[in-house]
Amino acid sequence: MLVELVKLNINGREVEAPAGSTILQAAELAGIEIPRLCYDKELSPLGACRLCVVEVKGNRLLPASCVTPISAGMVVDTESPAVAEARKTILELLIANHPLDCMTCDKLGDCKLADYCYKYGVKDSAFAGEKHDYAIDDSNPFIIRDLNKCILCGACVRACEELTGADNLSYLNRGFHRKATTAGDVDYIDSDNCVFCGQCVAVCPTGALTEKTLAGKARRWDIDRVRTTCPFCGTGCNFDLAVKEGKIIGVLSNPDAPVNQRMLCVKGRFGWDYIYNEKRLTSPLIKKNGKFETASWDEAYDLIATKFKEIKDKYGSESFAALSSARCTNEENFLVGKFTRAVMGTNNVDHCART
Amino acid sequence: MTNPISDILNETELMFLIGTNPTEAHPVIGYKMRKAARKGVKLVVCDPRHIDLVDEADYWLRLKPGTDIPLLNGLMHIIIKEGLEDKKFIEERTENYEELKAIVESYTPERVSELTGISVDDLYSVARLYAKTDKAMIFYTLGITEHICGTRNVMSCANLAMLTGHLGRPGCGVCPQRGQNNVQGACDMGALPNVFSGYQGVGVDAAREKHEKAWGVPLSGKVGLKIPEMFKAAHEGQVKAMYILGENPVLTDPDANHIRKALEHLEFLVVQELFLTETAEYADVILPAASFAECDGTFTNTERRVQRVRQAIDPIPGQANWQTICQMVTKMGYPMSYNDPSEIWDEMASLSPSMAGINYQRIDEMNSIQWPCPTTDHPGTPVLHVGKFTRGLGLFQPSEHIPPAEMPDAEYPFLLSTGRILQHYNVTTPYSPGISSIWDKEMSEVNPQDAEKLGVKTGDKLKVTSRRGEAITNVKVTDRVLPGVIWMSFHYNGTPTNALTSDGLDPITGTGEYKVAAVKLEKI
Repeated sequence: MLVELVKLNINGREVEAPAGSTILQAAELAGIEIPRLCYDKELSPLGACRLCVVEVKGNRLLPASCVTPISAGMVVDTESPAVAEARKTILELLIANHPLDCMTCDKLGDCKLADYCYKYGVKDSAFAGEKHDYAIDDSNPFIIRDLNKCILCGACVRACEELTGADNLSYLNRGFHRKATTAGDVDYIDSDNCVFCGQCVAVCPTGALTEKTLAGKARRWDIDRVRTTCPFCGTGCNFDLAVKEGKIIGVLSNPDAPVNQRMLCVKGRFGWDYIYNEKRLTSPLIKKNGKFETASWDEAYDLIATKFKEIKDKYGSESFAALSSARCTNEENFLVGKFTRAVMGTNNVDHCART
Repeated sequence: MTNPISDILNETELMFLIGTNPTEAHPVIGYKMRKAARKGVKLVVCDPRHIDLVDEADYWLRLKPGTDIPLLNGLMHIIIKEGLEDKKFIEERTENYEELKAIVESYTPERVSELTGISVDDLYSVARLYAKTDKAMIFYTLGITEHICGTRNVMSCANLAMLTGHLGRPGCGVCPQRGQNNVQGACDMGALPNVFSGYQGVGVDAAREKHEKAWGVPLSGKVGLKIPEMFKAAHEGQVKAMYILGENPVLTDPDANHIRKALEHLEFLVVQELFLTETAEYADVILPAASFAECDGTFTNTERRVQRVRQAIDPIPGQANWQTICQMVTKMGYPMSYNDPSEIWDEMASLSPSMAGINYQRIDEMNSIQWPCPTTDHPGTPVLHVGKFTRGLGLFQPSEHIPPAEMPDAEYPFLLSTGRILQHYNVTTPYSPGISSIWDKEMSEVNPQDAEKLGVKTGDKLKVTSRRGEAITNVKVTDRVLPGVIWMSFHYNGTPTNALTSDGLDPITGTGEYKVAAVKLEKI
């Protein structure tokens, strides 16, 4: 199916985009990034934050580019003085009711609000007034919710409804008291509908929703992100392990993940901490008189080699069997098969595909 | 899966789920299904349990446990009677249709309704809907396979898809969601008693000779033992020594007491594990294992997608698992030496035509590759069976109804069915401090009618007893389960559900019948 292309002018450049695109999408296709807070390409458009306003020739208002469709011959300026002034005012309005504790905020470095304030030189707000004083919800081991930092972009509400379909988050009240919160406005832990997938955290542009394990552990720019594949279930989600000074401190979604984009489940996003369980085995153990005793690798290998050879010589190859693992890597499984076949001389190798 | 996960949101018009609970067992796939259903993709859920996706479904076929074959035969019966089968597909791409037709002939809607508990009207509606929808996908998991007739159940799903030409095209297919992160890969790598990597039979001379040449030793062409056969052989004294990597059969295999006895009989057991598991307790030597975050390598997901696993931290036991295996094997006099896991992959790929075109560099460039991928300029294969099946013609393999091995009776009046819950995975999650701080104990599901008779409410305790063992559990009273059924997960060592499960096995795969066992319940 051929999609009709529409020609328009953005920032003095002739560009093309498929009919039906928004100005924001057309600009993105042309490599022009328009500032945005509520827009998220994986979620339905909302047009709430107004930060993506642009100037369109012949239009005396500044339309929100995330919800304004393109038309042929349209002339758009994404960074005109009027646009910059409008964005500055919008940011001042947003931070009028936002704690300016960026120096201790865990999201700084990955906070869009702070990034745009930096870009437009917004330090404080001319709109002094009442500020929220919501209690911080850290009722659960996974998510910290600080609604004082919420800018009502609705990304969490849309992620909960559109990505996970849990329908747990929605808006409550009107005006100054409007909040994006759980069903029944309870803490996350008391929320029956919450499945702790953390999609709300992954899409939040500010410090309103953050990963509890990252709290106080690292500035965002000090985190090394190592992309890997989830060790639970066969879906094959990818994510980034957040590493600081050789230690994993959390899981961060990666929009480039082929299967899942930023979607994860409670296990993938928050279940990784078994890695540091104090019960992890750290050295080989040999059972002596019914009790396990710590041994060196060489002692363990020597005993294994002796016993496996002894049993193979005495009873034959078929007296040996190996259980490989559906939780281990391909490479490890290949080696277990090779060991069983080439060294022990039997095809007695299996794994839990059938159990 | 014959088709990619992305078909759920991008291609298909109908999702037919049977014996699968995706929002808990494969959550991200489940979330995508819910999204698809909400944007208008039709959804049929066949499940005795009121799983979450029932709330999004156009049809919920609440079949009695263990009646999947009658249901599928019944749908095919209606499709054939009404002339809705894909005659061209059957003619050109399949064989043995006449036998299918003969067997499903007796599965009239009335008989099937009686066997399954599903209304005749719903059988007609769903049969017509599936047959008339151009692009329809069948999804199943262990609710289909964990029966003594598991293989027959799977074949019946394939029969339904072939009958209506729902294979070999985008948005169609038969899609088992594999349960574990690398169960697909472990099979692909030849961690199976009958095949080398790439599903090359150990009894096939050419395949064996190729491996003998590469590995420099003669190899056995005799098919090895499957897991249940291994434990039986250990029990009977033929298997004397075992090496177990990252598995905990005492907790996860059916009829746990039998497994324990088998392990006790071994002369020598080596376990390579993260934790001192119930199985590792039986070991003579334990080798500490490294977690996924401590190793380089690859996992292959349920849609045959090979993706990288990347080492993020130093291995906690000091070395990665592949290094431990290499050192152990080298000590036995067979030198095994690789600089890096990519060299292990390359050796495997050089021996496996279906994965020969995949290497680490290409995975890094393309993010992931779906096999078959025979050459390094091949883009990978998202959809299987396009134009032709692997074996040539698709073979209809019809089956009569096979009831479960053990059904409730006067002494054991309840039907036990088991599965996974959202928050836990088979083995590692109980060691997650975060997860286990909230979800720390078994909450078995019992219908309100039964709860009243037993005199229990949510939070009370029950003793569950089968012919093989017993377990104590907490109760959750819910109409998610039918009266007469108790549903349990198998995650908690405080409630060893697999002490109860049936010793019935599928005769072809050796898969245990985890989905049906007879138990009695007593309030304690």
